[in-house]
Amino acid sequence: MSQSHSQADSGKYYIPHGTPWPIIGSVALFTTMFGMVAWLNEWFSPVMFFAGLALLAVMFIGWFRTVINESEAGTYNLAVDRSFRMGMVWFIISEVLFFSAFFGALFYARELSVPWIGGEGVKVFNHIFLWQNYDAGWPTNGPAKLGPRADGSFEVIPAFGVPALNTLILLTSGVTITIAHHALKAGNRNVLKIFLALTFLLGFLFVAFQANEYGEAYMHKGLQLSTGIYGSTFFMLTGFHGLHVTIGAIMLTIIWFRTLKGHFTPSRHFGFEAVAWYWHFVDVVWLGLFIFVYWV
Amino acid sequence: MAYTETVDAHDHHDHPPAGIWRWLSTTNHKDIGTLYLVFSGIMFFVGGAMAMVIRLELFKPGMQFVDPAFFNSMTTVHGLAMIFGAVMPAWVGLANWMIPLQVGAPDMALPRMNNFSFWLLPFAFTLLLIGFFVPGGAPAGGWTLYPPLVLQGGDSFPMAIFAIHLMGASSIMGAINVIVTIMNMRAPGITLLRMPLFVWTWLITAYLLILVMPVLAGSVTMLLTDHFFGTSFFSASGGGDPVMFQHIFWFFGHPEVYILILPAFGIVSEVIPTFSRKPLFGYEAMVYATASIAFLSFIVWAHHMFTVGMPLAGELFFMLSTMLIAIPTGVKVFNWTATMWRGSLSFEPPMLFALAFLFLFTIGGFSGLMLAIAPADFQYQDTYFVVAHFHYVLVPGAIFSIMAGVYYWLPKWTGHLYSMALGKWHFWLSAIFVNVLFFPQHFLGLAGMPRRIPDYATQFADWNMVSSLGGFGFGLSQLLFPILIWKCVRGGEKAPAQVWEGAHGLEWEVPSPAPYHTWQDPPSEAQIAHGAEH
Ligand code: HEM
Ligand SMILES: [Cu+2]
Repeated sequence: MSQSHSQADSGKYYIPHGTPWPIIGSVALFTTMFGMVAWLNEWFSPVMFFAGLALLAVMFIGWFRTVINESEAGTYNLAVDRSFRMGMVWFIISEVLFFSAFFGALFYARELSVPWIGGEGVKVFNHIFLWQNYDAGWPTNGPAKLGPRADGSFEVIPAFGVPALNTLILLTSGVTITIAHHALKAGNRNVLKIFLALTFLLGFLFVAFQANEYGEAYMHKGLQLSTGIYGSTFFMLTGFHGLHVTIGAIMLTIIWFRTLKGHFTPSRHFGFEAVAWYWHFVDVVWLGLFIFVYWV
Repeated sequence: MAYTETVDAHDHHDHPPAGIWRWLSTTNHKDIGTLYLVFSGIMFFVGGAMAMVIRLELFKPGMQFVDPAFFNSMTTVHGLAMIFGAVMPAWVGLANWMIPLQVGAPDMALPRMNNFSFWLLPFAFTLLLIGFFVPGGAPAGGWTLYPPLVLQGGDSFPMAIFAIHLMGASSIMGAINVIVTIMNMRAPGITLLRMPLFVWTWLITAYLLILVMPVLAGSVTMLLTDHFFGTSFFSASGGGDPVMFQHIFWFFGHPEVYILILPAFGIVSEVIPTFSRKPLFGYEAMVYATASIAFLSFIVWAHHMFTVGMPLAGELFFMLSTMLIAIPTGVKVFNWTATMWRGSLSFEPPMLFALAFLFLFTIGGFSGLMLAIAPADFQYQDTYFVVAHFHYVLVPGAIFSIMAGVYYWLPKWTGHLYSMALGKWHFWLSAIFVNVLFFPQHFLGLAGMPRRIPDYATQFADWNMVSSLGGFGFGLSQLLFPILIWKCVRGGEKAPAQVWEGAHGLEWEVPSPAPYHTWQDPPSEAQIAHGAEH
């Protein structure tokens, strides 16, 4: 492998010829979304949605398989490698901005709209004419006390229970993946395999705890997506984060299988690094969530 | 060795595969650029047809042809189709064609993803446009999608949301490709400050895209969950706020208008020097002005919201920050003018469109300044004055410079010269009618005619009729454009490599038409030196 790499480094930038995967991906996304529309509008059953997801999975597998094979054949020179890196960095930045929209909604609600509904400052008439019985505060499900319970009450998930444990889990997984990375660079494959496995196991453990908390919230705490602005921001932020952790853990599992097959060299392992960056990104987002959603 | 078989060996692969599969599977930046441009042209006429319906209905007061709900669908989908379907894909198409040529790269950096970012678009617009045929009709709440109105839409509501998700994904991938191509694929010797301005302005546009398209995706996702999953982001009864949507939307929306116009600045900065036969005045100032406009575009968003209610400090901040944008914009207009000063000018179609841009975009900038004055905007807000403003910056601004770009590079793409006479007819008809169409809308707006309504008080009748006549004239004149392009693709006088004698840049160092693969070997020092004389 390393031989062909050094060969490629002096070679030209690899430009692939035709590819079937993007058009398959576009059809898959269209099918998924149209299926979702049909489902939401109650036109017909969600089969089309799931068919779209299945095709999407086929696309991902096929596309990544092609790229992995090319990579293993030494097709990519260092310039291609650099393009992949830059592409991944900018993708992660766009993800950060996606989360910032929801963080923005959280801050806006807490700092502005909720106090305004409660009649703060010049918005005093809100209180007098519209929402007389509303005491602004946080957490809140709004003046209409939205949510599943008839009396409009709900409880939140305290920060220093499972969420704190989950913080510990994710931070530990950040350490284990760093150990794995150093092991990879030092050529220490056994340590690499063990610590990579630990990382994705911690990731799935996090997801399991989170799922359990969601169950608690839905069944016993009156805290649902529909529980006013608190439920909205809570589930939107933690939900999208949980989705990202799940995807990240799946990617970690895949590169773990790749290490078992002998992929990655101490000097060339973009796939590993991309997943590691992604993992650190979900880690950092979680810290934001822990502080602003659960804690303060 | 697998390597030698898979890498593009230029002597073997100079011919693309035949048939439809070529276009579905292509990873070639020129093919993908062509696809983007053709798609953009189609959407330009689809959106244009809707504009014709709008002007037809507004030709006279009273209800004429369409019912109000359909009228509202027309304005909504016209806006979405033009912004996301016509202008943005045209820019990405030009980027695909020209950036690799201009920086001496063999292709875009991530060719498969390049294909993906294009092919998402036809599917996105299919999803949007079939909304016309579902119960409740196409989205009608305005392209700005304000809740609570948009949440009352029919079955097409989730279609519009998902269409926007797809467009956003496409834009983000396109932007990543542009950034990586520019940062990683420049030929040796093309330093950042030797890049043509089209490349520079696109680089900055790509940063804007990556920073704001995800925010749009987030905001429309919240609309979706508010409608279907019981969240209350934009509903006060649950503790949310519809105005919050406007903040998030315009945090995307204002940078978005600069996404639409920055590449136009780049094109104009290439065309004016070529036809003035002088280097661009103040190249570095142009780069810095573009960067400062991009930066400022993030801190002005609430000038779209002066009337919805903001603390006084907010009104003042957004008023003053908006006015600051006039400074770098002024630098640009000054530099373009100074480039022409004592140049030996000639007036081929690209130059004509660029000159019209210079004058008419500036008018749009001035009306923008008027709108930026918060107390004055209380009167202008939601009137035809705003419509006049943004159509001046978008039609003779963005669209004219896309046309300038196409007229500038078309011979390079097709290998044929086009009919100058036809091009000039297209220009003069467009330039005259665009003013007949949009200038009266300033008067209508100042007199108080609201935007987005199918009927109006009789006092507005005269100027509406003038505007409609201008609209029909403008619409019809645009038919010349595809005719000219079609003829140029089919044949014509053979174009030399250096199509315009005053042009600089690496794209003129390759033959016309540009071969399927270019810059497989990076350009030589001499070629770069010749190209870099801006
Ligand atoms: C000197 C630069 C500019 C200034 C000071 C400016 C200012 C403004 C202001 C204050 C508004 C809000 C008006 C209202 O709703 O009451 C506005 C609307 C708008 N502007 Fe500009 N603008 C400028 C340049 C541009 C450019 C370059 C574009 C696009 C290429 C653009 C596109 C728009 C659009 C699309 C709207 C209306 C959005 C809507 O409500 O549908 N503007 N502008
Ligand atoms: Cu704006």
